[in-house]
Amino acid sequence: MTKRRFLPFLPALTLLAMLGPVAAGLWGTFLPAFGHLPAAGLTGPTLDPFRDLFDWAGLPRAMLLSISTGLLATSISLLIVMLVTAGWSGTRPFRLLERLLSPLLSVPHAAAAFGLAFLIAPSGWLARLFSPGVTGWERPPDLLIVQDSWGLTMTAGLIVKEVPFLLLITLAALGQADAQRSVTISQALGYGRVTGWLKTVFPRVYAQIRPPIYVVLAYSMSVVDVAVILGPNTPPSLSVQIVKWMSDPDLAMRLEGAAGALVQLGLVIGALVFWRLCEVVVGRLGQRWIASGARGRFDPLVAELALLAGAASALAVLLGMVVLTIWSFAGFWGFPDALPDQLTWRNWMRFGPGTLEALAETALIAITVALAALVLTIGCLEAEYRYGLSFSARAVWLLYLPLLVPQTAFLPGLQTLMLNIGADEGRFPVMLAHLVFVLPYVFLSLADPFRAWDTRMGTIAAALRASPNGVLWRVRLPMLLRPILTALAVGLAVSVGQYLATLLIGGGRVATLTTEAVALASGGDRRAIGVYGLMQTGAALVPFALALLVPAIVWRNRKGLRDG
Amino acid sequence: MKHLAVLATLLAPVPALADIDPSNWDAVTTEAEGQTVFWNAWGGSTTTNDFIAWVGDRVAEDYGVTLEHVKLTDTADAVTRVLSEKQAGENDDGAIDMIWINGANFAAMKEADLLFGPYAEQLPNWAIVDTDGKSVQTDFTVPTEGFESPWAMAQVVFVHDTADMPDRLGSMQELLEWTQANPGRFSYPQPPDFLGTTFLKQVLVDILPDPSVLAVPATDENYDVVTASLWAYLDALTPNLWREGKAYPATGTAMFPLIADGELDLSISFSPGAASTAIANNELPPTVRTFVLDKGTIGNASFVAVPYNSGSKAAAMVVANFLMSPEAQARAQDPNILGYGTVLDMDALSDEDRALFDALDLGVATLSPAELGTVQAEPHPSWMTRIADDWMTRYGVAQ
Repeated sequence: MTKRRFLPFLPALTLLAMLGPVAAGLWGTFLPAFGHLPAAGLTGPTLDPFRDLFDWAGLPRAMLLSISTGLLATSISLLIVMLVTAGWSGTRPFRLLERLLSPLLSVPHAAAAFGLAFLIAPSGWLARLFSPGVTGWERPPDLLIVQDSWGLTMTAGLIVKEVPFLLLITLAALGQADAQRSVTISQALGYGRVTGWLKTVFPRVYAQIRPPIYVVLAYSMSVVDVAVILGPNTPPSLSVQIVKWMSDPDLAMRLEGAAGALVQLGLVIGALVFWRLCEVVVGRLGQRWIASGARGRFDPLVAELALLAGAASALAVLLGMVVLTIWSFAGFWGFPDALPDQLTWRNWMRFGPGTLEALAETALIAITVALAALVLTIGCLEAEYRYGLSFSARAVWLLYLPLLVPQTAFLPGLQTLMLNIGADEGRFPVMLAHLVFVLPYVFLSLADPFRAWDTRMGTIAAALRASPNGVLWRVRLPMLLRPILTALAVGLAVSVGQYLATLLIGGGRVATLTTEAVALASGGDRRAIGVYGLMQTGAALVPFALALLVPAIVWRNRKGLRDG
Repeated sequence: MKHLAVLATLLAPVPALADIDPSNWDAVTTEAEGQTVFWNAWGGSTTTNDFIAWVGDRVAEDYGVTLEHVKLTDTADAVTRVLSEKQAGENDDGAIDMIWINGANFAAMKEADLLFGPYAEQLPNWAIVDTDGKSVQTDFTVPTEGFESPWAMAQVVFVHDTADMPDRLGSMQELLEWTQANPGRFSYPQPPDFLGTTFLKQVLVDILPDPSVLAVPATDENYDVVTASLWAYLDALTPNLWREGKAYPATGTAMFPLIADGELDLSISFSPGAASTAIANNELPPTVRTFVLDKGTIGNASFVAVPYNSGSKAAAMVVANFLMSPEAQARAQDPNILGYGTVLDMDALSDEDRALFDALDLGVATLSPAELGTVQAEPHPSWMTRIADDWMTRYGVAQ
């Protein structure tokens, strides 16, 4: 089949790769939730799984945890990002913060969560640094900080990871919102920096970043790895409990787990609707606020606080990485010593070989998946260009759909479905599951630069007798080297960080750095966690460094191409 | 005679029919070469993981067997998997070739005919296993009947930091009184973690006037009467636990850093040598020691079992046999490596092999076999299942 005839089908194939597993997984969840699990000799329909679920004493609290962590993490990180952007965009502190936060985006959630735990636990690094001098603590206080019953630490762990994500999304949206002129005019009319920005730019920016905000909300409500590391256990959040049910030796518990997964799906849909309603309310209140003409008396204070919060969130991750590094080299390190008795290579000698094996598996999966996603994405975008297809605003939502359906709602179903049809779990199905999450990010990352490419270059090349394929391979792709490598790095980072998809679809046989690191959480060996956490972070971070470095070297004599 | 043999073959358990004969060891080792064993074993302890990796190196060297450690957070996952495979009709080459197992998981798998065997007592190294002195033929009161082979002995010890808590405790009642005087300094792993449920059983065994009622299965009639004192004890204990019982360490090893930091003074372990090993690895301060209760503590054996649908049964048996070898057992007992108790009978070993064990320095915090005292029997698994469920309802969903 020639490229020419194959190309028009790529968009459909891409959609299938993204939405097929989600739809199949939801179907696989739906059946057992109503008592239909042929693999266990059970046939429905019955409402018993839901009855069992509602009999579980921990359900109200588990549901509440899911809702509260989701809404709190999303609203607080959004608030921080909006206020920081409003108060500081275009200034030096903002550029500094932006430079600090961009690499943090690729730090995997699990590693960031471990770092935070090692930082703020009663025996964490902060307590060590200030003890016994400031605090007077000779021993760690008996305080419930990590795994607190309200999930506040878990919420904090999500916020420090969502702030960099939302900030980068916002920066991308700012370019199209004509922000600078609006701010200048509003300031000329006597509005403060923050108030002026919120009243003029925010509505336009928000309209653009709405889908990623919904993704953050859905993700925060159903996250598993961060919840395992930082969340409470008496009871755990609903998603963690679902995963526990799915792995109970009693197969009947899978029915309860499936029912829980549908409840989780319902919760996420409910929260999204609630958020949409809040948007309407905030919009109304905002109009009134704009009409009131308030110029923003407290703007400087608000801006300072926002910058402080943004910096704290960045520092939490950075210091977390530092303390992971220290633990990975630590000999005996008693409380309240600020540093270990001695630094040693022993931990790296012990765990290094294991991490290398996991790294190989991680890299094999991530590279295959990211490349596949890149090929599909470029194919889609090229098809769009050649055949004049256009993605409507509604079609963009299709890209976000796999990210909006909670992982705990469809991955267990996908696992059950594979079981029913006798498909083997292992590396290849894991890759397909990763592709669901990697494709949207690669597409979103590459779409804008690809479309922004000056098509007159293509026209010139065609006039010089280049075929459409020649234009693509010899002109367009080389010119887009930097955004392509960045999209690839994004894809790699997303794949490296996948926990639930690897765990459930891999059937425990596929050991990546992320599954190994999270498995170590229950053992509490901080030296091993330090080594694995750093390796995991490195696996996600190095591709980004290469994505910056390679174009700079390849295009060292092409000034116009060096910055993409 | 010939008819009898035919009859015996026909009556043999169906899964064993097409399988290799464990007693023909040469055939087993020949078939094992080149096979890969997926050993599903709890992966939360880095020292155990290192040991398993070493076993993998050794069996690759001697028998050409590849060993892959599938790190579980909960052994029940593996049981689920075999069960699901059976229901899905995957009878020939399942994902799991060997499981580190005991207690309720073994009882469940044996009951459901999910295990290959009997094979354990045909393995060459079975001859040197201490079948009289150690409970290697029953597993939580359930007879093993050769469906799992032992590889380590475990016994509950209490781990205390003598810098903060100089004296040992003699009974669970004394432990309760000590926590009242020292609130927030003790905790146990959250059930259904096996060490957490073991602590609950240890409480029950110690406070019951006659623990022999636990040897028979729990029933609706005897359960409430027997466990009433346990719940009264826990109601009194919980407010004085670490974090007031609102959070629990996830596993036994997760309690070591808490002792190292001085958050806990006292915890429990199911491995008499683990504290010494942790001291050697900088995970515990050198002031840590262990003790057992006056009436003794619960002990049991760790086993490996082979699922009925393993595609590498020969290689799995080779690994199981290697685990019972003096070389592997001495290494496992070395506190610098694992610190697990051996299943072997010292008197059955050659002088050369016994020297491997005599050369071991068990470590500062490890009690000698004599000091470990009486080993109390595990209750019937039905107790553990019910108690763990009730614990979840009473304390696992804190209000």
